[in-house]
Amino acid sequence: MHDESQTPRLVLKGISKRFQSVVANDHVGFSVAPGQVHALLGENGAGKSTLVKIIYGVLQADEGQILWNGHEVSINSPKRARELGIGMVFQHFSLFQAMTVLENIALGIDDAPDLKELAERIIAVSRKYGLPLDPTREIHTLSVGERQRVEIVRCLLQNPKLLIMDEPTSVLTPQEVGRLFVTLRQLSQEGCSILYISHKLQEIKELCHHATVLRGGRVVGECDPAIETARGMAQLMIGTELKQLVRRAGTITDEPRLIVSNLSLRSDQPFGVDLKGISFQVGAGEIFGIAGVAGNGQNELTEALAGEVVLHSPSTIRLDGKPIAHLNAEQRRMQGLCSVPEERNGHASVGDMTLAENTLLSARNRMGLTFKGFIRKGDARAFARQVIEDFGVKAPGPGSNAATLSGGNLQKFIVGREVLQSPEVLVIAQPTWGVDAGAAAAIHQALFKLAQSGAAIVVVSQDLDELLVVTDRLAVINGGTLSPALATADATIEQIGLLMGGLHGLDQVDGTARRESRDAV
Amino acid sequence: MPFKVEPRAETSRAVVYATPVLAVLLTVISGYFLFLLLGLSPAKTLYHFLVSPTLSFYGWSELCVKAGPLVLIATGLAIGFRANVWNIGAEGQLTLGAIAAGGVALAFWNDSGLWILPLMCLAGILGGMIYAAIPAFLKTRFDVSEILTSLMLTYVATLGLGILVYGPWRDPQGYNFPQTRMFSDSALLPLILDGTRMHVGILVTLFVAVAAWILMTRAVIGFQVKVVGQAPLAARFGGFSGKRTVWLSFLLSGGASGLAGTFEAAGPVGQLVPHLTPGYGFTAIIVAFLGRLHPLGIIAAGFLMAISYNGGEIAQVEDRLPQAATGVFQGMLLFYLLACDFLSRYRLRRAARREVTPS
Repeated sequence: MHDESQTPRLVLKGISKRFQSVVANDHVGFSVAPGQVHALLGENGAGKSTLVKIIYGVLQADEGQILWNGHEVSINSPKRARELGIGMVFQHFSLFQAMTVLENIALGIDDAPDLKELAERIIAVSRKYGLPLDPTREIHTLSVGERQRVEIVRCLLQNPKLLIMDEPTSVLTPQEVGRLFVTLRQLSQEGCSILYISHKLQEIKELCHHATVLRGGRVVGECDPAIETARGMAQLMIGTELKQLVRRAGTITDEPRLIVSNLSLRSDQPFGVDLKGISFQVGAGEIFGIAGVAGNGQNELTEALAGEVVLHSPSTIRLDGKPIAHLNAEQRRMQGLCSVPEERNGHASVGDMTLAENTLLSARNRMGLTFKGFIRKGDARAFARQVIEDFGVKAPGPGSNAATLSGGNLQKFIVGREVLQSPEVLVIAQPTWGVDAGAAAAIHQALFKLAQSGAAIVVVSQDLDELLVVTDRLAVINGGTLSPALATADATIEQIGLLMGGLHGLDQVDGTARRESRDAV
Repeated sequence: MPFKVEPRAETSRAVVYATPVLAVLLTVISGYFLFLLLGLSPAKTLYHFLVSPTLSFYGWSELCVKAGPLVLIATGLAIGFRANVWNIGAEGQLTLGAIAAGGVALAFWNDSGLWILPLMCLAGILGGMIYAAIPAFLKTRFDVSEILTSLMLTYVATLGLGILVYGPWRDPQGYNFPQTRMFSDSALLPLILDGTRMHVGILVTLFVAVAAWILMTRAVIGFQVKVVGQAPLAARFGGFSGKRTVWLSFLLSGGASGLAGTFEAAGPVGQLVPHLTPGYGFTAIIVAFLGRLHPLGIIAAGFLMAISYNGGEIAQVEDRLPQAATGVFQGMLLFYLLACDFLSRYRLRRAARREVTPS
């Protein structure tokens, strides 16, 4: 276990970093003891990512000191950080899809030995830490959890003294999370410090020895997560009392508004996922969740539902009985199906255009913002203003560019734009991805309200907690196949977790035994 | 590598509009040294090159004659460029437009009537559109780079025009010169002002520029073009088809180029000759970018390019400047414009040297 009396492994003193007018870090300071699992807790935009990028040498601080084992150091590049013994597993992996695990690791480490020796070391490390990995597999055949293992093993090969993990569990099934924690505890016992970035409070309580809470770029508190309650930490993180969601009364009817029957779609992307025989129904007033680990066909399914990919057989998707699968996104919107894509910038909105112009993207016909092929600028501005006001979007006005809004505000604007069109069916992907808690609550409330008015809503999300709060029923997508739907109230985390992992491949420890993987599903 | 390129966090709007001015300044400075190297008196040559064309009313009228086709083509191209559709073959579409219009003029050489000119314009527009449809089809059907196909088709068009004017369409009374008959009066554009070569095509061009401006700022189609260019995924989300936008861009720019070809043949030239223009179709690409793809900017840029053509001719006569100098000037302008654009979005930084400190 960690020992607080030793010289701290890492000390930050008065670290500040500014980007133009934004202060990302404002005199941040804390210390990490050897072997300590130290949580860095904060909402999106609190400055966590900037801070760890400074520690890993990707960014340089404007002010402040970094002490490494008691000596002041300047970390001017990730290479320097690795020389010191700092490793980092990023939230977004940097792996070449078409190359093997071995080749990817060889490319990613400094002074790589010859491949044969490296392969032996990879196997040795993966055995030691319970991270089964076959060096000869190509990355695109691995699940997301396995890809993360590649990144972790790459770090461990360099014997780090501090391992930084940026939101490592957002892509894992509950079972995979459990196994990751075993590995991290083992590392901690061997004296490796871990800086663990997350906003998932339960995990932090379970794993971490100490937590530093950031808000608006400053340290607003430190606590022992084992003692502090999750609610207490959340309030520290958000800065205000958490608002309780108003759960709507059960108004679900049996009448299905959206019927998807046997939707199969071959992906045209090189490493895309084929959809296989997906069927489900959503009733009026119902919120239907689609859970799953990233990269299991969610994007493909969302696009097929929204009409961004057009299907051949019209009756594959029916809205109030009308076949709509052969229509494009705008034609489906005219039939009553609105959608919110996962990516806010460049997909759900155009960054370089004003909010008023962005309303034209999806509301031009439903809200009558055009007339005989010409834009009614006044009406577009008025609709944008209505969205801004009704959804509490913090923006100077309809004339501001979408790119100037913060993630949460832009998301509120986009959700508001669709909800105010009162669609019969709403398909929404990752409704609160990277959004602060206040905006998330507002978005959830809007979904409840829309459902209450009789709309059918499909929520595709990787955030299981969100789905458990929001949905009435949910199904799990794995390798392009959708599980039967469960009533959310009856579903257990373990049950969903097993479905997310595809019910197989979870317990084998020998790396070579996992060849069946996703293609075999 | 001693330097590395980094994106800038922000590019201010002022910089975006300042870059064309900066590019013009840099071109003039480089031109100064170029003329010095050629053994000319740089100040005098620059004066002839840039100022002389604007000193008389007739000079201005000639600038209008040159700027007209440039602006007309660039206006069409700019629509496609906003959608990231790169029609580099306006010269070819112009040539096909001229062939189609010239064909009409020659077919009705013995007739007269007010209907001949409109028919020629229609034929010219269609000719340009049909020729532009080839790269559009290859792009949307087989995903072939439209840059290559549209560019290469230009040479095919020029050779095609050559076949006609050296062969079947050659003027029987033309002493074997490779050119067609002079068009009949009914097939020539009326002049706006006597004593100049300014023709009604210039008025049509102004009208087209204004119409394009309205299209791009007020119409759903303009919005569609911009969304497709800036965010293809958002376009798909909005129900805008990328393929349709490719077709639209090519048909509009091809039609504008074909009309410009018609105006050249039925205007200042008055017949078909092997080389109808001094490369207006290519120069218009520079005009479009120099004008920031904005119809009003394009009009200003069109005049600047017209000055470089006419000034180049004056400097040829007065200072014995080689003819190629005009092309070099225009090339430098595009080069500096692209460089300034690049540097307004990215910056060069000296790459950090590896530090050798003991840990």
